[in-house]
Amino acid sequence: MNSVHLQLENVRKEFSRRIIFDKINFELTNGNSIAITGINGSGKSTLVKIIAGILSPTRGIVTLTVNGKEMKLEQYHNYIGFVAPYIQMYDEFSAYENLKFFARIRGMHFDAGYADQLLDRIVLYSRRNDAVRTYSSGMKQRLKYAFALLHKPEILIFDEPRANLDRHGIATVYSIMEENKPESVIILATNDEEDLSHVETIINLDELKEQQKSEKQMRSSARSKQPSTEVAK
Amino acid sequence: MLYIQQTAAVFIKDFKSELRTRYAINALVMFVITTLSIILFSIGGERVSPDVLAGMLWVVIFFSAMSGLSRSFVSEEERGTTMTLQLLAQPAIIYFGKLVFNLVLIFSINTLVVTLYLLLIPLFTVQTTSIFLLTLFLGSFGLACASTIIAAIIAKANSKGTLYPVLSFPILLPLLMTVMNATKLSLDGAPLSEAAGEFRVLVSYSVVLIAVSWVLFDYVWKD
Repeated sequence: MNSVHLQLENVRKEFSRRIIFDKINFELTNGNSIAITGINGSGKSTLVKIIAGILSPTRGIVTLTVNGKEMKLEQYHNYIGFVAPYIQMYDEFSAYENLKFFARIRGMHFDAGYADQLLDRIVLYSRRNDAVRTYSSGMKQRLKYAFALLHKPEILIFDEPRANLDRHGIATVYSIMEENKPESVIILATNDEEDLSHVETIINLDELKEQQKSEKQMRSSARSKQPSTEVAK
Repeated sequence: MLYIQQTAAVFIKDFKSELRTRYAINALVMFVITTLSIILFSIGGERVSPDVLAGMLWVVIFFSAMSGLSRSFVSEEERGTTMTLQLLAQPAIIYFGKLVFNLVLIFSINTLVVTLYLLLIPLFTVQTTSIFLLTLFLGSFGLACASTIIAAIIAKANSKGTLYPVLSFPILLPLLMTVMNATKLSLDGAPLSEAAGEFRVLVSYSVVLIAVSWVLFDYVWKD
């Protein structure tokens, strides 16, 4: 597996001048796992989309280094496996066809054996030739894990990893996470307590905002208390 | 080589998807049949000049393109698969894959339009086949180039249906003027050399549009 280093420096995102988050700083390397938490609308999904290169930050820099070489933004997708409720598969194709197309569009050789292995793992093997439109929402969510793991990425980003999954599906997701943890970077966007127990670091976007707000207030009050040089003279 | 394989994969995905969903084909075929029927009714027994017939042919082609070619990007947006594609390949690969799909679609539909036009409108007699075929080829190519990038732009908008022809018209105007002139020349029996200027314009138009689209697509494709 490649050695990866992901760094976020002073990342800020605004939507129509409304600041979603500001000054997000962290760095991750192989073996690190992190969860981004916060209330609805705090920007968890926005932040993971920025990390994946789907959205661009208003300010700040996201840097992905692979084996010491800095990657261009358009190369990020090669190293990232992304699962989220808003990612959709092609309904008119079967699970198998979806994976085949995804591998080919990625420019990879389609390893049928590995695809079968993934489909078996997410308990879709017996339905692999059925059109995705006939799947339940939980089955569609499981297929997204096969989509995310097909190219054996170094960074796994799971936004709401348990969405629509049953107990067995959740257990599979956790086993995927635990298996990949020693060598990969795992990023979760979640508020679920059980999900949080599977990561080593937690970033709470609300707490971060509060902290930044109080620091700003302290700085401005310190400035107002400071006597001006004119008066001192 | 890898880029070509990836582009081909995007095209094959779209092609198979179209065969199963018939997102664009149905709209295009229905549009062609309806418009040609209206033209036939309106002409009746009138003797229409070649200028008008050449113009009407391209009106049918332009509006058929407007009704079908936007589907390549709009369908991805409507199904929520845009983000999936963003996570699979570089923007340029998606753009060229979609362009090839639109080229195949427009060439197929234009073959149908021209065949029906020649069969149903006896006054439409092509004198210089070489000019006509080259015009059809270059015109369709330019139309696909322009439609692809405009489709990518409007896919993100709320009023896609209205915006597409409105935005396309000024961009396609130089192309439409040129192809109408060249088609008229083919109906008048002009020699091939006489249409050289038109062909130069059509080639330049496509080259400029592909170059501009390649540069712009990164910005259009991501937020």
